[in-house]
Amino acid sequence: MAKTSYLCWSLLTFLLAFSTQSAEMPLNMTQGVTEISQQVYDLHMKIFYICCAIGVAVFGVMFWSIIHHRKSKGVAPAQFHESTKVELLWTALPVVILILMAIPATQTLIAMEDTSEADVTILITGSQWKWHYKYMDHKVEYYSLLATPRKQIDNKLKKGENYLLEVDRPLVIPTGKKVRFLVTSDDVIHSWWVPAFAVKKDANPGFINEAWTKVDHPGVYRGQCAELCGKDHGFMPVVVIAKDQADFEQWIAQEAAAQAAAKAEEQKLLSMNMSKEELMALGEKTYMGYCAACHQPNGAGIPGVFPALKGSKMALEDLPAHIDIVLNGKTGTAMQAFAKQLTLSEIAAVVTYERNAWDNNTGDVVQAADIAKAQKP
Amino acid sequence: MALKHQPVVVKLCLLTAAMFGFGYALVPLYDVFCDLTGLNGKTSTMAATAEAAIPDKQREVLVEFIARPNNNMPWVFEPVVHKLRVHPGEIHRIDYLAHNVTGRAMTAQAVPSVSPGQAALYFNKMECFCFTQQHLTAGQQLLMPLQFYVDPALPEQFSTITLSYTLYEVDAATPVTAQTATGDNNE
Amino acid sequence: MSTVTTDPHAHAEHDHHHGPAKGLKRWLYTTNHKDIGTLYLLFALTMFFIGGAMAMVIRAELFQPGLQIVEPNFFNQMTTVHGLIMVFGAVMPAFTGLANWLIPMMIGAPDMALPRMNNWSFWILPFAFSILLLSLFMEGGGPSFGWTFYAPLSTTYSNDSTALFVFSVHIMGISSIMGAINVIVTIMNLRAPGMTYMKMPLFVWTWFITAYLLIAVMPVLAGAVTMVLTDKYFGTSFFDAAGGGDPVLFQHIFWFFGHPEVYIMILPAFGIISAIVPTFARKPLFGYASMVYATASIALLSFLVWAHHMFTTGMPVFAELFFMYCTMLIAVPTGVKVFNWVATMWRGAMTFEVPMMFALAFIVLFTIGGFSGLMLAITPADFQYHDTYFVVAHFHYVLVTGAIFSIMAAAYYWLPKWTGHMYDETLGQWHFWCSLISVNVLFFPMHFVGLAGMPRRIPDYALQFADFNALISIGGFAFGLSQLLFVWLVVKCIKGGEKATAEVWEGAEGLEWTIPSPAPYHSFTTPPEIK
Repeated sequence: MAKTSYLCWSLLTFLLAFSTQSAEMPLNMTQGVTEISQQVYDLHMKIFYICCAIGVAVFGVMFWSIIHHRKSKGVAPAQFHESTKVELLWTALPVVILILMAIPATQTLIAMEDTSEADVTILITGSQWKWHYKYMDHKVEYYSLLATPRKQIDNKLKKGENYLLEVDRPLVIPTGKKVRFLVTSDDVIHSWWVPAFAVKKDANPGFINEAWTKVDHPGVYRGQCAELCGKDHGFMPVVVIAKDQADFEQWIAQEAAAQAAAKAEEQKLLSMNMSKEELMALGEKTYMGYCAACHQPNGAGIPGVFPALKGSKMALEDLPAHIDIVLNGKTGTAMQAFAKQLTLSEIAAVVTYERNAWDNNTGDVVQAADIAKAQKP
Repeated sequence: MALKHQPVVVKLCLLTAAMFGFGYALVPLYDVFCDLTGLNGKTSTMAATAEAAIPDKQREVLVEFIARPNNNMPWVFEPVVHKLRVHPGEIHRIDYLAHNVTGRAMTAQAVPSVSPGQAALYFNKMECFCFTQQHLTAGQQLLMPLQFYVDPALPEQFSTITLSYTLYEVDAATPVTAQTATGDNNE
Repeated sequence: MSTVTTDPHAHAEHDHHHGPAKGLKRWLYTTNHKDIGTLYLLFALTMFFIGGAMAMVIRAELFQPGLQIVEPNFFNQMTTVHGLIMVFGAVMPAFTGLANWLIPMMIGAPDMALPRMNNWSFWILPFAFSILLLSLFMEGGGPSFGWTFYAPLSTTYSNDSTALFVFSVHIMGISSIMGAINVIVTIMNLRAPGMTYMKMPLFVWTWFITAYLLIAVMPVLAGAVTMVLTDKYFGTSFFDAAGGGDPVLFQHIFWFFGHPEVYIMILPAFGIISAIVPTFARKPLFGYASMVYATASIALLSFLVWAHHMFTTGMPVFAELFFMYCTMLIAVPTGVKVFNWVATMWRGAMTFEVPMMFALAFIVLFTIGGFSGLMLAITPADFQYHDTYFVVAHFHYVLVTGAIFSIMAAAYYWLPKWTGHMYDETLGQWHFWCSLISVNVLFFPMHFVGLAGMPRRIPDYALQFADFNALISIGGFAFGLSQLLFVWLVVKCIKGGEKATAEVWEGAEGLEWTIPSPAPYHSFTTPPEIK
């Protein structure tokens, strides 16, 4: 007996040893960092304890019966089979318990539906497979993409601490202020979820949803898309950094200035030509970040789902159509309009890359100015 | 024997057909339900009449305007004013700028959505570019008007109303225009 | 419930009426309820293993963080088709098979009321699932939008396998509806004289109500898939905001079907447990009438709770409160059932053969699934649970340790009646204990993983979830392997074994135990008398 259990344990440890890269996992719902998330946690525990108590009572009776009322003990079975009184009792009693549960649940729900005016409003737009954040009161907006390197996902590199929960540009919000999120989507349904705030709202294309939070402590909070949104649903995390008001003000001012400067820079770049090597390097980087999820790193696409670029007619011959589809997307398909997501030089680079990588060797070189021309006829 | 079964079988088949119909009936029923309760923040597709109530000068509501071209819609599309503090009952007019930056003529439809959903019931549009499709030639720019008022009956707890427009291309591939599919709410 | 007198000579006569035809034709052309029941059950078992194999692919990919075995696109196809197959291919046909076998025998009828339609409703099923399975080999793969096929992921953003998916779901729906019509007509018209509604065994009652649910909601599903099809190919805009539609409307229609569907998969299970517990407690079922009323009220309530699947889609508070209260209310009739089963055991004289073991496991584990369901009903908390592994744990407790365990219990309970041989009790106990332990290793840790924040339907996860996922996968593989014991046992039992008596179980009550084992090809050609 001892030997078997030893065997079992060593087998289990052996199997568990496969997942060498692991981190501590909390065993319960997070209490979060907001008043609401704390309320939700308390509610969850309350309901959980009530369920446990009912479970102990019901299963207790059942197991007592299983132990004592067995044929092997020579008992003769009773023959009773109904009792209106008892049946009414165990219909009424659960109703009372349910009302006891419903009261705090209703209170929390109403507290969540606070529609008072917010201090900061952020428009969150989901698309396959990234989030876009736009601060409604500042000239700041940007995309937020998964930052975990592909090689970690493919097990070629050791996985980092925040594997799959890290992004290139996190959302930044101030602490102690009511932040309102307006949530919508550009393509399919996504769901924006940060467990620490107890905020999970679906992003419905064409419709707008709202949620809010008020974070008390500065910190980094991570979440994920919670609604199946296609192939890379598992790879669109949410990262929120909460900063105190002063830091936030400073950050948003810097960010606004940087974005304005980038726009000015863009105009200057129009008169400059990049070398093919520069274009290819920038193009590859942009391609891997924005295009490879669908068209695949090798340009082969996924047959029947996402078209191949390698050897495609458009990438080999029709340059104006190629630029047009990258700029303006294609209605009714998953192809997005990248004019709003990428800079002119990035688009020029990515088109150049797509026309020269994977044996496409057209030798075409596209410059930012060409893109600008295509955009404004 | 079979005769005995026939009436029941016929009734059950009818029930099946009726339930299939009910699935489709859910589409207009849903719209009616939304109109009554503001379930999904859809606003009325009909122009409200001008007989607005007396403005409630005591109260101010913040109205936010969001305009987004959908992500394979290349137009520039934005409100001239991003937010407005209004007294319920007052009539306001704001403009949205649409700019077809492409080299071809395009037709677009703006789809409105209001948050919080229930506030949609109290947001009345007297004139809106979203009632019709917009046709812009290559490079054309257009200022599109929206005239609205907030019903003074708007419940106290709502202090902010967000009106969002998503702009979609209406192309040959999707000939069905707004509302024909959902039937009941044509102008 | 009912006491029965039958004329022992009557059976001997039927036995050499006309037996089954020989060979493949017997099965292709059969209109015999027992043959069709067998076909359904074998089909369900096959689908259980195919769907199970897909679950093994999912668990193998999730064994470690990182992508090892399959691409995300294929992973999504696996979760989608696993769900569809288990729901429409395993659980529902298994219950229909049991209904076919048992309802005529339980109500003293010679066969189902519409035997030729019965043949049809089975034989279109293999086509439906062949279409679905073959679509996996299409360019771009099969359906990958989850079994819930939310628009617009299933419309604008899906590949052409969607058309096959829609066609296949239509066939499954037609099959279920025909089966349901058959059950209702049989129960209404073919009960033996004296078998009043309130004397029918609970399995018959629960199926009667289930059949009505099927007729009420399967057409709605048919409508939903048709709308998806026309949105994708024929330019309608039911779910496309660009054309004036609303993607959330899809969810309303889907869950209007979907929630009653959940009860379609559990009400017959209630009937099975209500048959097994009294037998092995040697004591009549406690509160027969309240069991019937509870089943009916669960069925009615199931039409009022659909939006609890959609709390995060953005609903006004009053709607969230309404759906929360209604959902919580379902706990009352469900509670009544559990209490009645416990009361049936109370002061009985229990023995613990395999059917009873599965039934007892059902009561405990289904109740755990019920508790997590109650937690999910609480709207504010649901914002945290929704679309996480907590939900996955919940519905697998309800469907695997609920529906599937009840089907296992039923199979063990009635196998001797079907085959004429007792099954191998030792092997059965092994199967039970292996299943019980592995199923909990498989699904219980999912609660924790979900609470810790792991979303469902993802092919790769953050490192903190790694240990638990490895454990879950081990449980999954073990559960899958344990089911092979069941196949072995069934084959063994068909081939031979100890001769079963007519009554089979000491405490068994009901008409099916009055006819010999194996049940003759035609039973009750003259109706039994029920006092």
